[in-house]
Amino acid sequence: MDKVGTGETRTESDRPMIRMEGVHKWYGEFHVLRDINLTIHRGERMVVCGPSGSGKSTMIRCMNRLEEHQRGRIVVDGVELTNDLKDIEQIRREVGMVFQQFNLFPHLTIMKNLCLAPTWVRKMPRLEAQEIAMNYLERVRIPEQAHKYPGQLSGGQQQRVAIARSLCMNPKIMLFDEPTSALDPEMIKEVLDVIVGLAEDGMTMVVVTHEMGFARTMANRMMFMDGGEVIEENTTQEFFDQPKSERTKSFLSQILSH
Amino acid sequence: MGTERGMTTGEGLGPLRSLGPVDWVRRNLLSSPLQILWTLLAVGMILWVFPPILRWAFIDASWSGETRQDCTGDGACWVFIKVRLAQFIYGFYPEAERWRVNVTFLLLCGLGAPLLFPRFPKRLWIGAVLLLVYPMVGALLLNGGVSGLPRVETSLWGGLMLTLVIAGVGIVASFPMGVVLALGRRSAMPVIRALCIAFIELVRGVPLITILFMASVMLPMFLPEGVNFDKLLRALVGVALFAAAYMAEVVRGGLQAIPRGQYEAAQALGLGYWKMMGLIILPQALRIVIPGIVNTFIGLFKDTTLVLIIGLFDLLGIVQAATSDPNWLGYTKESYVFAGLVFWVFCFGMSRFSVVLEGRLRVNGKGV
Repeated sequence: MDKVGTGETRTESDRPMIRMEGVHKWYGEFHVLRDINLTIHRGERMVVCGPSGSGKSTMIRCMNRLEEHQRGRIVVDGVELTNDLKDIEQIRREVGMVFQQFNLFPHLTIMKNLCLAPTWVRKMPRLEAQEIAMNYLERVRIPEQAHKYPGQLSGGQQQRVAIARSLCMNPKIMLFDEPTSALDPEMIKEVLDVIVGLAEDGMTMVVVTHEMGFARTMANRMMFMDGGEVIEENTTQEFFDQPKSERTKSFLSQILSH
Repeated sequence: MGTERGMTTGEGLGPLRSLGPVDWVRRNLLSSPLQILWTLLAVGMILWVFPPILRWAFIDASWSGETRQDCTGDGACWVFIKVRLAQFIYGFYPEAERWRVNVTFLLLCGLGAPLLFPRFPKRLWIGAVLLLVYPMVGALLLNGGVSGLPRVETSLWGGLMLTLVIAGVGIVASFPMGVVLALGRRSAMPVIRALCIAFIELVRGVPLITILFMASVMLPMFLPEGVNFDKLLRALVGVALFAAAYMAEVVRGGLQAIPRGQYEAAQALGLGYWKMMGLIILPQALRIVIPGIVNTFIGLFKDTTLVLIIGLFDLLGIVQAATSDPNWLGYTKESYVFAGLVFWVFCFGMSRFSVVLEGRLRVNGKGV
């Protein structure tokens, strides 16, 4: 920031991965996001929490333009998100996303779910894509399901496939939008373990979740949102031990009390 | 359900036990007084309706001979159909050139048959040849005018052959047009959306006869002097556009059934609009609406009979015309039964194909 032409001289590694500046969004009259400012650097793992309807999912979905923002700037890996379709598609190639409802493609086998984007978007040869897919399936510990269809897998397995599918694009950032909210309780852990594994490898991540124990182990930054605003942003340790805001405190006491 | 049924006869052996014929009759036809009554009524109906039909169609029918005088029995005179069969199939296509129709049809069967078997090698290529190369070959063969083949004017085409040409071209052309129109109707671009809606609603709101009539009679009035489209070509365009409007609405129904998450997942992976549609959305949407698509095809197949209005003699048209032959007056029953039967065979074939296709795709894509 202090030198002229920093954009040229700065190495790619200290460029922020995601930067939001004064972002606002409305659904009709409803003000969902109010003046969001945040910077996420390479290797950072941020967990976003807050009551439902607080705008956290909307915010994460703005990061790869599944939702449009109406005011402010969002810059992802040096590319600003505007109406330019080329830019949007380029950013989406580098940003993986995992959804609450898995959203696997039900008409394709697990293997084809994984290979589809690498072969069609990255133009990777089929065999290479299959090899990479198999690696990631092993990593999420379900290589034996490669030739089944999504409908034949449990929810936890489907979500792990969804994670592997995103990883096959070799993304620079992973976005998780409540990845365990649609799962039966006994399957939550197997999915969280995979995400923790990714965190240990240094993947840059933004995770919307209500799983506070998980947040505490994997996040290095926490953000609390309410009513479309960022109420508090802090390091994980301080967030849990000495929250600054009263609203954070009451939210944490509610969510941790049971 | 199976166990319940087992219990009514006092044998709870489980749902999967197969039944012997006697057991089957007892359980399904004679299990309660009311059911016995219904069974008796149904048997009575069958005995009342079928024997006269069988007697007319087979027992008392005349099969052999060449002329009206050979039809001696009280039943159907199939001699009439037999004598006219070639005309019913080929229309007025010159006898010496009819082999070209046969070759075209055999080519279709030869290329189409492998597609019915899911494991046949190179199916994709065969399908591509069938869709892209075959229509041109077929048109050249039937129409002639090149490499030694004498030209056969389309006004001579007729009968079953014409029906198949119109239905085939209509089906092959209307499907992609319908898909594009359906996508256009859901497009985010207002101009494209408005154009597609206007086309669909306009064409759908008008009887096919009107479209055929306009294509045949009114179109030439607006064309410059000397420009003249073939009458059959005009009918083909009319039929294809008409079917495309219906197809578009069927496909749209399928598109609406695909959850938003599928679009989002495809977008989040960086797929552009056409790849998302072609690889993710349409394969699922079309699968859902196979019954509706085949329904439209069957409707189209039967609607081809309306080309009679612009002076083309399809199967029904030519059969009808034959009934007014003074040598064979009075055999309308046989004509319509025959024409009905031929139409039924083709439509039922399409219906079965749809069932097979649905079953096959369901096994593959369990989650859909």
